[in-house]
Amino acid sequence: MQPKLLVGTSKGLIIYKNNSKNWIIARVHFEGLPVSSLYIDERTNIWWVALSHRHWGEKLHFSEDAGNHWVEVKVPSFSNYFYKPGKPATLKKIWSMQQSGPDRPGGLWVGTEPGGLFHSDDHGKHFQLIEPLWNHPSRLDPAQWFGAGKDYPFIHSIVLDPRDSDHVYVGVSCAGVFETRDGGKSWQAKNMGLVAAYLPNPQVEIGHDPHRIILCPAHPEILWQQNHCGIFRTTNGGERWEDVSGKDGFPKYGFSLAIDDEDPDMAWVIPAHSDERRIPVNLKLTVCVTRDAGRNWTPIHQGLPAEPAFDLVLRHSFVKKGDALAFGTNNGNLYLSDDRGNSWRMISQNLPMVNYLAWA
Amino acid sequence: MAKVKFTSALKRYFPSLTELEIPGDSVKEALHNIDQQFPGIMTYLTEDNGQLRKHVNIFLKGELIKDRVTLNDPVNARDELLIFQALSGG
Repeated sequence: MQPKLLVGTSKGLIIYKNNSKNWIIARVHFEGLPVSSLYIDERTNIWWVALSHRHWGEKLHFSEDAGNHWVEVKVPSFSNYFYKPGKPATLKKIWSMQQSGPDRPGGLWVGTEPGGLFHSDDHGKHFQLIEPLWNHPSRLDPAQWFGAGKDYPFIHSIVLDPRDSDHVYVGVSCAGVFETRDGGKSWQAKNMGLVAAYLPNPQVEIGHDPHRIILCPAHPEILWQQNHCGIFRTTNGGERWEDVSGKDGFPKYGFSLAIDDEDPDMAWVIPAHSDERRIPVNLKLTVCVTRDAGRNWTPIHQGLPAEPAFDLVLRHSFVKKGDALAFGTNNGNLYLSDDRGNSWRMISQNLPMVNYLAWA
Repeated sequence: MAKVKFTSALKRYFPSLTELEIPGDSVKEALHNIDQQFPGIMTYLTEDNGQLRKHVNIFLKGELIKDRVTLNDPVNARDELLIFQALSGG
């Protein structure tokens, strides 16, 4: 089957298919509606799409037939939960979804804003808030859990250990990385080695801003993280993170990250110039690759614009599958590489803001 | 029975939505009864905790309802409820 690239944008879900040499738009779903999250359950090939309606709130849809028919399901609910004493919690946005392993066929995790983690054991028909994380003593401390560019902290990364469905990491902006080894019953912060340069004590236990976290499936003890304060990697399941940002500070800041499924030393980032500007460094849209666990980073420009660019690649807008990588930008540009990121070609310059990508 | 009219924007998600005659002594009861006929529409109009969504407006007898939190504005027979979305940019 020809691969498809699902592009979740601020104005709908756009499906690209590979038509021999070219990637062309095959279909548009949810026209005009902002896609907040996009996920394909590889066990069932169910497509999940979360939408952030301007007026009607967050909604969740799935398709069992690659988008021919969509079904709306009830979103995870904070009903009867409080963000803090006296302030009822309400769902603002679905940021992330993650299937459980094959041992939990109906298992599905959802990460939200405000920072709630939900689990379904029936393929998303019903969701339960994971109370041990919601009730983690750090969550009510505004110095430890706080919004980053949003009013509330949010869970944007849910990382499953492929060997053990009870072993899950989440990334919270802002709070940091938390790990459970018992399916969500207990949670431990895993932020040692990270830096929170925006706090009086940059080495706090909790209060970090991971932008994106990915685990290497072939080496599950190795995780990479694009953080607000650099690029980090752990070789011991988060016991300690090492700063692997470029030696001269490039690459360092950014949101998106891709890693190789097999080679734990290989990763790609798309750097941006600091949180104050959030544009390409020197206005040059660049993908950086490392093949040696971050000791050296090589900038790649081939196929990317030579003229000044102002694109930012958001955290879920950079994906890899096999030798193919793709990224979309906040300016509606879409780029694709067939050769592991060594060269790129522009697929479209006419999209809305790209929020989410997924390969199907 | 109050008469209820909806913004046409909601017809995208509830295609058979039309003007209704709905029982209920309060806005909350009226919305609950609308949800019986159009399951799920409450989640489009209200937050998890039951309060009206920020960008949804309900007019009762031509005036914005006063209680957006518990939706307890009283509704009388032959009152007219208008359910609209607030205007927004972008």
